[in-house]
Amino acid sequence: MYRYDPFDQRLVDERVAQFRDQTRRFLIGELSEDEFRPLRLQNGLYIQRHAPMFRISIPYGMLSSKQLRMLARIARVYDRGYGHFSTRQNLQLNWPRLEDVPDMLADLASVEMHAIQTSGNDVRNITSDHFAGVAQDEIVDPRPYCELIRQWAALHPEFSYLPRKFKIAITGATNDRTAVWLHDVGLVLVRNDAGEIGFRVLAGGGMGRTPIIGHVIREFLPRAEILNYLDAILRTYNRFGRRDNKWKARIKILVKERTPQQFARDVDDEWSHLQGGVATVPDAEFARLDTYFTVPPYQAFAGDDSGHKAAVADNRAFGNWVKRNVHAHKVPGYAIVTLSLKRPGVPPGDVTSDQMDAIADLADRYSFGEVSASHEQNLILRDVRQADLFDVWTQLKPLGLATPNIGLLTDIVCCPGGDFCSLANAKSIPIAEAITRRFDDLDYLHDIGEIDLNMSGCMNACGQHHIGHIGVLGVDKSGSEWYQVSIGGAQGNDASLGKVIGPSFAAIDMPDVIARLIETYIEQRHADERFIDTVRRIGIEPFKERVYATTD
Amino acid sequence: MPQLIRNHALADDRFTLVRDAETLADLPDGVPVIVPLSLWLERRGALIARGDIGVWLAPADHPGALADDLERLQVIAIDFPQFTDGRGYSHARLLRDRYHYAGELRAIGDIARDQLYYLLQCGFDAFLIPDGRDARGALDAFADFSDGYQSTTARTPWFRRRQAVATPGDVWFPCS
Repeated sequence: MYRYDPFDQRLVDERVAQFRDQTRRFLIGELSEDEFRPLRLQNGLYIQRHAPMFRISIPYGMLSSKQLRMLARIARVYDRGYGHFSTRQNLQLNWPRLEDVPDMLADLASVEMHAIQTSGNDVRNITSDHFAGVAQDEIVDPRPYCELIRQWAALHPEFSYLPRKFKIAITGATNDRTAVWLHDVGLVLVRNDAGEIGFRVLAGGGMGRTPIIGHVIREFLPRAEILNYLDAILRTYNRFGRRDNKWKARIKILVKERTPQQFARDVDDEWSHLQGGVATVPDAEFARLDTYFTVPPYQAFAGDDSGHKAAVADNRAFGNWVKRNVHAHKVPGYAIVTLSLKRPGVPPGDVTSDQMDAIADLADRYSFGEVSASHEQNLILRDVRQADLFDVWTQLKPLGLATPNIGLLTDIVCCPGGDFCSLANAKSIPIAEAITRRFDDLDYLHDIGEIDLNMSGCMNACGQHHIGHIGVLGVDKSGSEWYQVSIGGAQGNDASLGKVIGPSFAAIDMPDVIARLIETYIEQRHADERFIDTVRRIGIEPFKERVYATTD
Repeated sequence: MPQLIRNHALADDRFTLVRDAETLADLPDGVPVIVPLSLWLERRGALIARGDIGVWLAPADHPGALADDLERLQVIAIDFPQFTDGRGYSHARLLRDRYHYAGELRAIGDIARDQLYYLLQCGFDAFLIPDGRDARGALDAFADFSDGYQSTTARTPWFRRRQAVATPGDVWFPCS
């Protein structure tokens, strides 16, 4: 993975010093709350319901074991011994003290990490495929490109006071695992007929109050032009994006108002002045970045491990875990292991410092010392030998990290909601907990099969409810908490937005509502048809009828 | 009095910023002024005849409107009504990088030390610090960062300068 050189390290150290001084001036009253707010947000610090909330950047979701141990330590020393992995591959701490944040940033800098632009109206952490570099369906490893764009975005002088936040996702695989169609800018790495690497550029997608699927604004952008082209997009947005209304300030509104075709021409016009200029990326720079993402020293195996196959056949619990939590690896004899951060009694995405330390140890022992975070709020051991899977599973179980539910109903994606977040209209974690308890029968869960359940506590959509096969949105109705349900949303290549099935529900009804949706699916499904496929085939009406007939 | 910083130092300001002026009669006599773009576009000839002259741009103004006048202007000021409105950063880059404006480029409005480094990188060389803010202390902000990754008005991207001292990545597998 990427390692800082002295130049990278110095910038992060200077950022820590800058924020330490800004915090000092705020605490002695030299900076007003209004003056300090954008500065602290650009360093990941929110003021929340109970305490500040501090968001640490995990660039494109990649962590070394050393970094993970530092996250564990920071959570232990400055917080309450746990953290929350977010839907943007970041880690959030819910109980830090403002006065401690400069020291926390210094600790992060000591392991080549930061919280730069994890909030604020700027270019946020670049997100990517959590299977990057190990997926079987990968066309181009996106990580060197993510790092190039991370560097371009970090402390960008021109684009740090944008109309609104700006999120970029990058994928290089056949199957999108990044929700690339739902980002301000989505970049899909492709090869043209000549075999040259470039980007298919999507713009104007997003969730939030006005969910929109992105539009292709350029079919093939040569990779050397990526920074010129991003500068052109961001400059167009910075100048012409709306600033009169916070809810219309994202780039998706600009793209919609201009029309995608006209927006693409606007960008091309700006790009024509930048094309071939100093920010054109030389091949030598791509080659340099590639050297950080080389293939680890894999052992050579002829094919699947026979002992592993036997263990799957012998042990049903292990077999279930392998079926759900282990994915095929591009190298024979290796596997990708997803550690589920979803189990009863624990908010989705939460992990304790002790668990983080244990995961770091497992990564060192079994997976070349690297871990990735997924936007579904789970962690991944990227390079595990099939022969080690049984040992890994055995060690994950007592840690509570082996729930065999990846991709199933209880693998719920969920924001912190009204328990923590001051933006939320409603709690999300207790609803997730109630649903998890309702669907505690593993056989039934596996029978239901693949389904994405996403839950957001407000229309900012951090829980990405628009792209849940079932989406739940917390809404405020005259001071009490209600839940609006949509179905038919999906991430991936055929991304779609969910449709609201009708009036919202009280918290207590939510497990029943989900149960009715699932029953309808079970009755209507064809063989091997996933929930989303059934919804797409029969529409939302049968689901709607069932749910409202039984809750009246 | 607002305090001017120019070329990294406190400086005397010989220009008077005229925020509202619809006609020439609204301008003070005998001092160089910085006028709104609208007045400049209407009364360019008369304003040039007054002597040294500057124009200020609001966030919604188009810097290209001055493209043909750049050599006649001693100052172009860009207004930041709130420091969180970042349009002026792009306007500055267009003036410097596309239209090759070489005169004084001044940031006015809600300007404070915590914005100076980025403003400098985007081509500003003068900053009007409002009353009540510590202009002398703000000078330290120019040293907040020693360098940066991006291509800006003030520097080429780091990857172009790094080429000369390129080192291969330190590949790191702790358990191999």
